[in-house]
Order: sequence, then structure tokens, then C-alpha cells
Amino acid sequence: MRVAVIVFPGSNCDRDVVHSLETTVGAEAERVWYESHDLPREVELVVLPGGFSYGDYLRCGAMAARTPVMDSVRRFAENGGLVLGICNGFQVLTESHLLPGAILANRSLTFLCKNCTIRVERNDTPFTALCAPNQVLQMPIAHHEGLFFLPEAQMQRLERENRIVFRYCSPEGETQDAYNPNGSMGHVAGIVNERGNVLGLMPHPERASERILGSADGAFIWNSLHSWLEEGGHR
Amino acid sequence: MKYTVDVLIYLKEGVLDTQGKAVSQSLHRLGFDQLDDVRVGKYIQLAINAQSAEEAKTLGEKMCSELLVNELIEDFDVKVVD
Repeated sequence: MRVAVIVFPGSNCDRDVVHSLETTVGAEAERVWYESHDLPREVELVVLPGGFSYGDYLRCGAMAARTPVMDSVRRFAENGGLVLGICNGFQVLTESHLLPGAILANRSLTFLCKNCTIRVERNDTPFTALCAPNQVLQMPIAHHEGLFFLPEAQMQRLERENRIVFRYCSPEGETQDAYNPNGSMGHVAGIVNERGNVLGLMPHPERASERILGSADGAFIWNSLHSWLEEGGHR
Repeated sequence: MKYTVDVLIYLKEGVLDTQGKAVSQSLHRLGFDQLDDVRVGKYIQLAINAQSAEEAKTLGEKMCSELLVNELIEDFDVKVVD
């Protein structure tokens, strides 16, 4: 499994992503600088990691979305390549219009750094193929802007098209306001594009991929991607 | 000619303005009972080299569409001030 992890000025989870990909599924993960015009050959997955690209200036992810490497990422996604955006990476994906919506400041207006639980709404995606239906995963969030927003009509369409892959929930798997940390519409923690090959989520799987970190649930995502690619899955 | 172009960016109606809400609560706490609502936006000043004020404005609007504004959540005004 060959992976490109994009590094923007201000990314700070890129090494963690490389580490968890190497240790969980033995991936060959390469960090790619944002000024590159091409992705390495034979890449099967692109990860946009968390961090504070461009210091979160203007709008989170806005400037990263308009860098040279994102043209290659867009072409890669248009050809069916798998793209995963985590936290700031999710913000970059919405700002690039590779995913719908906008990510606004948390309802609490505070930076949230804590563990949370999310429910797997779909296990027919390359990112969740090895998860059980409605499985609850524990992963940390760490963001100031994580409130998923879409105008009402578009939100309904997203629900109708079954594009919500993860929702914040209680440890028992119930969606409740008390367990929606940032006020996201529809308790959204992660969504996928129409084709199913581009996924963005706010929680950090790379910070929960081995037991010593308090949870190994993030590894479900890496293992799912690995097995999907091994089986020659195509979107 | 160098033109100064002011850009004002507002959150659209219906987009939750958490910052505006927090500021509004603080102002109420300070006793401004007349205050009904607060919306927080952004002000950006651009210095643009252009042949005419119209060209400067058009360029400012193009910058808004391409980067400065997210039209899903924001509206904007562009004004050439001098």
C-alpha cells in the first residue's frame, strides 16, 4: 500500500499518520511537500493530515486548498483514487469543493481536545470496510473549527444520499446533543463524496491506532483501506 | 494607478455565528439592553494596481470568488475607496 501524506506549511500530524500507517499495515508512506506539482508514482491513497495549515488564517484550509499539490490531488480523486482528510485535512477538502459543506467554529467557541466516540454509519466504503454496522469507535478530536455546516436543503440531500459515514455518539452508540462536541449539523463527524473515494473526518485515527495511546480503534480505518486495496477495490 | 479596495465579508443569514453570539452575550452583560443581535464579519483592505477604478473593483471581486470568500457561508461587498 503506497501512500502520499501531504505536508502544508503548518501541518503537524503528518509524521503521526506516517507512523500509524507503517506500524498498523506496513504501508510505504511518503510525505509530499505542498509545492509539488505531482504525486509520487503508483500512490494508492492520499492523506491530508491535521494541523494548522497557513496558521488557519482567513478560513481553516482555505489557502491550503489552493496550493499546487491540490491540483494533483483533485486529478487523483477524479480518477477514483482514495483521499482521506483528517481534521484540518477535512477542512481543506471542503474548501477544495472535493466534499460539500463548510467547517465553522465550535458551538462552544473553545478549542476542544478530548476523546470522543463516533458511530460508523456505513461500512461499504473503502475507509470502513472492516467495521461492523453501527460500530462505535473511540478517537480523539483536537480542533477549534469542527462544526459541520450545510444549508438545510443540501443537508437533507446529504442524508438522503447516505453520505454521512461517522456521527458523534454516546459510548453506547446513541446520537445525543451531549455527545456532539462541536455542534455539527446532524452530529456529523465524517462524510464521503458521491463516488465514495474521498472521505473527511474531524477525529484523529492516527492518534488512536495502538493500545498504548488509549485506543486502537483508528486502526480500523487503516486496516479497512489496506484490505480494500489488497482486494483490488475500485471506486 | 494604485487603488485602495475595501472588502467586507459577512456570514450569510442562517449560518450560525458563534462569535457574534458570544460578543452579544458580553455586551448584554455590560448592560446594553437595547442590543438585539451581533454579527461578526471580516474587513480586508486591498491595494491594487489597475487602469481604472472599475478594473480595480473587478479584480477585487475576482479575488473574493477565488479565495477571500466562501460563498456557501459568506456574502461580500467590494468598494473602491480611493
